[in-house]
Amino acid sequence: MNVPKDLRYTKEHEWIRVEGGEATVGVTDYAQGELGDVIFVELPASGAKVTQMKSFGTIDAVKTVSDLFAPVTGQVTAVNTELKGNPALVNQSPYGKGWMVRIRVENPKELDALLSAEAYEKHLGAHA
Amino acid sequence: MLETATAPKRTPFHPRHVALGAKMVPFAGHEMPIQYEGILTEHRTVRSGVGVFDVSHMGEIRLQGSAAAAYANRLVTNEAGALPKGKVVYTPMCLENGGIIDDLLVYESGPDRLLVVNAANFEKDIAWIRAHAPAGVTVVDENERTAQLAVQGPRAEAVVAQLYGDRARALDFYEAFEEGAGDDWTLVSRTGYTGEDGFEIYVRAPRALALWDRVFEAGKSEGIRPIGLGARDTLRLEMGYCLYGNDIDETTNPLEAGLAWTVRWDKDFIGRDALRRVKEAGVARRLLGLVLEGDRIARAGCEVRDQEKPIGRVTSGSIGISVGRPVAMAYLSGDAAKPGARVEAMTRGSSTPAVVTSRPIYRKGSVKSPKPRRPE
Repeated sequence: MNVPKDLRYTKEHEWIRVEGGEATVGVTDYAQGELGDVIFVELPASGAKVTQMKSFGTIDAVKTVSDLFAPVTGQVTAVNTELKGNPALVNQSPYGKGWMVRIRVENPKELDALLSAEAYEKHLGAHA
Repeated sequence: MLETATAPKRTPFHPRHVALGAKMVPFAGHEMPIQYEGILTEHRTVRSGVGVFDVSHMGEIRLQGSAAAAYANRLVTNEAGALPKGKVVYTPMCLENGGIIDDLLVYESGPDRLLVVNAANFEKDIAWIRAHAPAGVTVVDENERTAQLAVQGPRAEAVVAQLYGDRARALDFYEAFEEGAGDDWTLVSRTGYTGEDGFEIYVRAPRALALWDRVFEAGKSEGIRPIGLGARDTLRLEMGYCLYGNDIDETTNPLEAGLAWTVRWDKDFIGRDALRRVKEAGVARRLLGLVLEGDRIARAGCEVRDQEKPIGRVTSGSIGISVGRPVAMAYLSGDAAKPGARVEAMTRGSSTPAVVTSRPIYRKGSVKSPKPRRPE
């Protein structure tokens, strides 16, 4: 299972990549594998405000629907519109083309609450 | 005494699932493959080619003795007594109050009747069947010693005929034949839960792995693939086939579930008087299909509204993979409980427009008739 070293993670299986005050967010390889075929991702509109560890959208797989949790608080600056026509990108490329939203990070201190790759792997180990 | 959790049972095909990398999940007390390659791919394989399901979790109960056929007929709503040789019947089994204990297949097996019930209901069913059995009927638990594969899809006949020849080819839908005895006993049944042509093959557990290997060898040129329970659910949902525990249970009756065609009023069976009263009063709700507009899925439990007024709830819902839209089944009442009506499904607090449909929702399967199961 792929857990890139340069990302940070939530216990709910979102990843976040912070570049200059902006964060890209998606779900992890583990999450997409557990969900199975993703058929619909419901995301907020650009400009919406999201709050750390509050739901910002949902992800439908064939069998289940799950909430998406925001790793940080801030305003949504971009939404991956490709997912509307091709939700399978989440399965095929969870850390790349399957990204979900970009968020302008309001409070960089919030990042301290997130898991490192190592800590996330440990969290997954506890799961299995 | 310490209580220990019961580990899920493994079917005889378990080594093959593991070798194929299936995702295994606990289901009705069994460790079952939910998917191998992915539900979307597996669903499409069955609609266009041929796929194989391990359905060994299903429960087999044999009624033996001179009164077996008559007793089976008293247990279930459909005709299960006077059956032509090789006939298979789909039927609910009801409580005295008309609530559905289970839905099952009844096989004519000479003087015997073989009942195939849902895994989750096996213990409840066999207790009920034993409790009501008259003298002259022996109730035999064949569950543990029986394995079952479902070979389903428009190319299923080409595969199964390689194993069983013209006998398999000659079967009509809802017909079966048995051959062999002891560990070599085999039952080949032209039945399924997918809406496609297909066969369900029952063997004794010691012969299970050999059957799996022969089926896959025969199906190689047809591109045969293993299919998990995930796709089994999306396939049956598109056909509007009931899933016990979702769409039917002891609080629902066959008439409101759209199973009136399985109820034989001209015979005596447990629950008949209650169902007759329901029929006379008219059903209060009907189990119908829904096709949703937009991308949202209406999951089990979603409220359905007609111009903002609640008219029922979704019992099963997912993506209709071959329909190309989200689909659902729901018990609906009132004026909108009819095909063509426009309603709203409440998905996560907001409303999604939907159209009420009859069942099956998907109508292009290689099995054309939605009701092929009534004995002539």
